[in-house]
Amino acid sequence: MTEMVYGAVPAQGGEPILPKWWRTLDKWSMSCVLILFGVGLLLGLAASPPLAARNGFDPFHYVERQAIFGGAALVAMLLTSMMSPILVRRLAVLGFLCAFVALALLPVFGTDFGKGAVRWYSLGFASFQPSEFLKPGFVVVAAWLFAASQEINGPPGRLWSFALCMAIVAMLVMQPDFGQACLVLFGWGVMYFVAGAPMLLLVAMAGFVVLGGMVAYSSSEHFARRIDGFLNPDVDPTTQLGYATNAIREGGLFGVGVGEGQVKWSLPDAHTDFIIAVAAEEYGLILVLIIILLYASIVVRSLLRLMRERDPFIRLAGTGLACMFGVQAMINMGVAVRLLPAKGMTLPFVSYGGSSLIAGGIALGMLLAFTRTRPQGEFGDILRGRG
Amino acid sequence: MSRIPLRPLARILEARSKGENPDVIERENIRQRHEEMQDRARARAEGRLLVLGVFFFCAFSVVGARMGLLATSEAQEPLASAQGANIATQRADIVDREGRILATNFETHSLYAQPPLMVDPVAAAAGLAQVFPDLDKERLIKDFTGKRKFIWIKKRISPEQKQAVHDIGDPGLLFGPREMRLYPNGMLAAHVLGGAGFGKEGVNAAEVIGVAGVEKQFDGYLRDPANGAKPLKLSLDLTVQAAAERVLLGGMKIMNAKGASSVLMNVHTGEVISVASLPAFDPNDRPRPPTSGFDPSDSPLFNRAVQGVYELGSVYKIFTAAQAVDLGLVNSETVIDTSGPMRIGGFPIGEFRNKNYGKLSVADIIVKSSNRGTGRLAMQIGSKRQQDFLNSLGMFDPTPFEIVEAQGGQPLFPKQWGELSTVTISYGHGLSTSPMHLAAGYAAIANGGHYVSPTILRQKGPQYGPRVMSPTAARQARKMLRKVVTSGTASFGEVPGYAVGGKTGTADKPKPRGGYYEDKVIATFATLFPAHDPKYVLVVTLDEPSILAYGKKRRTAGWTAVPVAAEMIGRIAPLLGLRPEVEPGETAGITLTSN
Repeated sequence: MTEMVYGAVPAQGGEPILPKWWRTLDKWSMSCVLILFGVGLLLGLAASPPLAARNGFDPFHYVERQAIFGGAALVAMLLTSMMSPILVRRLAVLGFLCAFVALALLPVFGTDFGKGAVRWYSLGFASFQPSEFLKPGFVVVAAWLFAASQEINGPPGRLWSFALCMAIVAMLVMQPDFGQACLVLFGWGVMYFVAGAPMLLLVAMAGFVVLGGMVAYSSSEHFARRIDGFLNPDVDPTTQLGYATNAIREGGLFGVGVGEGQVKWSLPDAHTDFIIAVAAEEYGLILVLIIILLYASIVVRSLLRLMRERDPFIRLAGTGLACMFGVQAMINMGVAVRLLPAKGMTLPFVSYGGSSLIAGGIALGMLLAFTRTRPQGEFGDILRGRG
Repeated sequence: MSRIPLRPLARILEARSKGENPDVIERENIRQRHEEMQDRARARAEGRLLVLGVFFFCAFSVVGARMGLLATSEAQEPLASAQGANIATQRADIVDREGRILATNFETHSLYAQPPLMVDPVAAAAGLAQVFPDLDKERLIKDFTGKRKFIWIKKRISPEQKQAVHDIGDPGLLFGPREMRLYPNGMLAAHVLGGAGFGKEGVNAAEVIGVAGVEKQFDGYLRDPANGAKPLKLSLDLTVQAAAERVLLGGMKIMNAKGASSVLMNVHTGEVISVASLPAFDPNDRPRPPTSGFDPSDSPLFNRAVQGVYELGSVYKIFTAAQAVDLGLVNSETVIDTSGPMRIGGFPIGEFRNKNYGKLSVADIIVKSSNRGTGRLAMQIGSKRQQDFLNSLGMFDPTPFEIVEAQGGQPLFPKQWGELSTVTISYGHGLSTSPMHLAAGYAAIANGGHYVSPTILRQKGPQYGPRVMSPTAARQARKMLRKVVTSGTASFGEVPGYAVGGKTGTADKPKPRGGYYEDKVIATFATLFPAHDPKYVLVVTLDEPSILAYGKKRRTAGWTAVPVAAEMIGRIAPLLGLRPEVEPGETAGITLTSN
């Protein structure tokens, strides 16, 4: 009767958001992220008291901050992962524009906190590093451009995204922040690779990289010293690397015990770049392997899920985000075990750092949104006899 | 799904002929093309994503494997530096001209602790405090029971101390071999040798590097393994150096001087046989440089003979006379009017104690040390030629003497070298040089007119530099110098049998803020001996001497520096192998022969 009088309640189109989110989400990856965040807090408890002592705070000052920022990051991640890819793309493009402007204005309003590179905005209670937010935004924009270029009569998206990439790299190099610049370049390269870069070009690029490396090695003494130091089988124990290597050795399989580690007192970057050394010393190889496993599962699972994805934009954006995330973790840990030459890079979601945490949360939220299960038109394939 | 015709436009033509809208078919074609393209891209991306996934999996596996390898390898005791950058331990010895050791190496040990290995840290700390009274027991206990894993306790310990520490018997107290630089002669030639300290340090070895003197100047040579630890041979003579330092120290005390220096130089080879600066220090335990509230030039580390530049006064007059003779302006008998008053640029030129010598021969100007006389000679020479001559004697640059401190001995001279400067510099005021500069200048007079550069290295034969004056001028100058001793201001300088010739110089010390002290002088005696055929030049300088003699305070060099120099010559000339000789008379030209 009511319906006859007032008209029918408009039917809900499709599933409610939360059940749909839960059903389609890559729950394994999300669990890995949550565990990683927990590990980050645990290691913060171990690694940051020396820093707090040096700066005259309570022993767990940085852990508290990490927990607050981490909570915000988790909320951001969950919210982002609930969005549809289109909404993610729209917001990410807007965010990218803001971050781009912020990055461009850094030389004017930024501060270097006495570290020699202008990378931050000081907000009083916290600092803000635009390049961290720029990375996921750039991946989305570039993926959009790549995807658009794959349409018939589409814009020349590859060229545009390459120009954009170069502009960002140039700004990052000027700061200077070679690590982030390399990450951005790497992210673009991976997307170009998946978007179908010609094989010949890839071989030529590999050749150029080797050639450039050799030229740099023979002409730049600084570069040559780093490489020599890397190739030299003996580590100078007074360097950060020496301390890190020694810490890993001291830790052994099961670690020296909670709170017993020494390396955090000697390494200035124990809470960021060398947090894996702290983990290895106090908790041993076990925890390190778990951390590596967590990163590997997030990246590999995401890539495998993206293989089934038909939408080129989602595929490319997901690839860029997953690879950037993975490579950052890999470089960080590879440096600590001397598989790679020294380069400062944070361990995403574990190292201390507000911007990096929240930006990492947003990036992972996007990744989770992109890797959600979606109807991929398999039915149509079967119908058309191509399945 | 309809069959795609071979001709792309066939369907459209067909549709047209049927009157249907061909756009629908066109759209359908495009959609199909697009789908095919997407499928191709997807297939390619699938493969490449798989490649990426495998790559990441492998990379993470490698990191994990490497981590496992590292974690299961043994932790090592830290080495000071990586292999391949070995610390060169053997440092070459330094010897004197006869091969006697001046500096050598000595095997000692350093002592360090590794608290984790300790059995009884408290007992170990107590034992150490007993062996080394300067260590604080409480502090050691705190260090040993704290978190530290490695502590240096002593950088160098003697064999006896090592045994005593060994007897404590704690496995956490460990020794590292240390090569230590040893100067067996103690304070002898301290300023020449300088000293050495530890550079790079590790548990098993430490690098010894020179910090001053020849140790620093020749650091590269001494450390170079390619030299095969061949000793560095200096021109110093250990016995002469010992005698010279002893006499100088005695003289300094008797003359109540606060500092003294002496330079003994071979006039033909330029070899410096002995060089001393007092007060001195022990290079085995080199003191720290003074930091503040203290004039660095009064520090024992300061080398007065080489680093210190002073206005040395009348000793310079002989250069003016020698140059005037060399230029042919005068000879030693030419009479010059030295009577006053003499004013140059409004500045009166006076004599010592306001004497007036009247008319004097050039030789007598030197003997009586007349300021106005040398001033008149200098005015005849002219400022340009005077500068060139002093420059040729090396008076404007630091001496090339091979110890690092020599670079600090930069002479001071007026930028505007006017007539007044010409006159004052002719008698040694307004130009500040080191005693080493002066010795090199006198060597040129002594060896017949060649500049020789002073050197600390053993030479094989004469090392004559460019000629700076004629042999005649040099001979006449030597005669004047001899006359100063026989009948002039340096009469206390006569040493029987060694025919000493020389010139005194007593210069008022300049105040730091301009002007001169009334009662502080630098007294210098520059000599060559034997005057008829000089072999050596000796320069003795006393800083602020004063002695009570014949009821008067005496500060002039004739009363202070000259007797010290004479005593020194009397002691060292026999050591140098000089035989006392009867001086040939005025009948020069007739050689004495014996059959």
